[in-house]
Amino acid sequence: MAAPVLEVEDLHAWYGESHVLHGMSFSVREGEVVTLLGRNGAGKTTTIKAIMGVVPKRTGSIRVRGVETVALPPHRIARLGIAWCPEERGIFASLDVLENLLLPPVVAPGGLSREQIFALFPNLAERLSSQGTKLSGGEQQMLAIARILRTGARLLLLDEPTEGLAPVIVQQIGRTIRKLKEEGFTILLVEQNFRFAARIADRHYIVEHGRVVDEIGAAEVGPGQERLVAYLAV
Amino acid sequence: MVEILGVPAPALFGQLLLGLINGAFYAMLSLGLAVIFGLLNIINFTHGAQYMMGAFTAWMLLNWFGIGYWWSLLLAPLFVGFTGILIERVLLKRLAGLDHLYGLLLTFGLALVIQGLYRNEFGSTGLPYAIPPELRGGQNLGFMFLPNYRAWVVVVSLVVCLLTWLVIEKTRLGSYLRAATENPTLVQAMGIDVPKMVTLTYGFGVALAAFAGVLAAPIYQVSPLMGADLIIVVFAVVVIGGMGSILGSIVTGFGLGVVEGLTKVFWPQASATVIFVIMAIVLLLRPAGLFGRTS
Repeated sequence: MAAPVLEVEDLHAWYGESHVLHGMSFSVREGEVVTLLGRNGAGKTTTIKAIMGVVPKRTGSIRVRGVETVALPPHRIARLGIAWCPEERGIFASLDVLENLLLPPVVAPGGLSREQIFALFPNLAERLSSQGTKLSGGEQQMLAIARILRTGARLLLLDEPTEGLAPVIVQQIGRTIRKLKEEGFTILLVEQNFRFAARIADRHYIVEHGRVVDEIGAAEVGPGQERLVAYLAV
Repeated sequence: MVEILGVPAPALFGQLLLGLINGAFYAMLSLGLAVIFGLLNIINFTHGAQYMMGAFTAWMLLNWFGIGYWWSLLLAPLFVGFTGILIERVLLKRLAGLDHLYGLLLTFGLALVIQGLYRNEFGSTGLPYAIPPELRGGQNLGFMFLPNYRAWVVVVSLVVCLLTWLVIEKTRLGSYLRAATENPTLVQAMGIDVPKMVTLTYGFGVALAAFAGVLAAPIYQVSPLMGADLIIVVFAVVVIGGMGSILGSIVTGFGLGVVEGLTKVFWPQASATVIFVIMAIVLLLRPAGLFGRTS
């Protein structure tokens, strides 16, 4: 079995007075696509932010390829080869598309070349000099994913990449993620869209009230699916 | 004598030049303020005092160490920029995430302390600083006399402003700066050391003020309150141009200097207030400033 790229143990996080994560524990192995599923407010996005070091306060243990990161500042964590695609996409209005694409510094060798990125996302190649936020929602999402593929980071944290997008774009993003998996990227995916997640992930962690309450493998789709539906039913 | 709109040409062009000179200082100072405000979200009221420190550093280098104008142009911004880095590291850093008011009080208080220290040491009357020999004299352009030093100030400040704008708008470093102005958290999570960038940006803005101070030393008297008098107008320029807009602060700085100069020709009594009248009108019609983004 492949070694864990990301190990989270007893992770707690706070926003000011409010205690959001209550002992999250899970791990992601090399080359896996793993999802965090759960209702709104369960703590999925906060978990991603805590891994990147951008929540105000966190305790516990987060190891990236064996390196303890819980005391590191965000820019040191990113340099370990981990990249984040935030829920709000984070495309910069004061940068054009090309500048947005080239913004994240290369943190490791082996990132995708510009040609490979444009092969993956042909729409972007035509709009390089547009203002970043003038792109459609789907194009912004592609840009947000594309720019982290350039950096050589092999562990990707994708926060709801399909949120609010048209079905045809969701399919394109699904194909992209599968392709990245084939190329050996390790992906931690936060999703509300369970049907999307079920088709591409190896394992699912169910998050409730700031902790992992269940783990469901892709193999046990039959009985597992019923459990999932029960967890996610509103 | 040639007259334009009933005004003798030499008087008109003389005031126009004076306006350009003042505009050059407005532009350099408001540019530094804009860069600092963009990234640090702090309105740097110490800016005038730091401009004064630049002029005094040049004076001290000359009178105490015999180091002349050209070296001062390099050394004074470095020295004052370094004190800015210390201020950011020791004081301003602690204000991150707090209300604007805290930054305003701290930087305003610092300005008073620095000005007080200089006044205690050097007195309130200005000290002279000679024009470097290479730039003495002037050119007779036919319609007016152009002192070399003043032409130099206009040209060099224009070059410095344009270089700064180019670096911010057209380089990789500038794209980090613009991105961090929008969303510092995300930029830091990409692996860029944003806290260090913030410190260096403050140091750069302050060094720019000190550079302006050295340029000003041979034109105005070197005095502890030289920055305090200027900075009020510069803040009006910043408000008119649009808080945080780089190009806006450059264009507005030079433009308002010229407007002020022309007012001196046509309606001298209004010249001290014209900038503030423009500020009031701009605030009424475009609260975000002429170049500010309204979002």
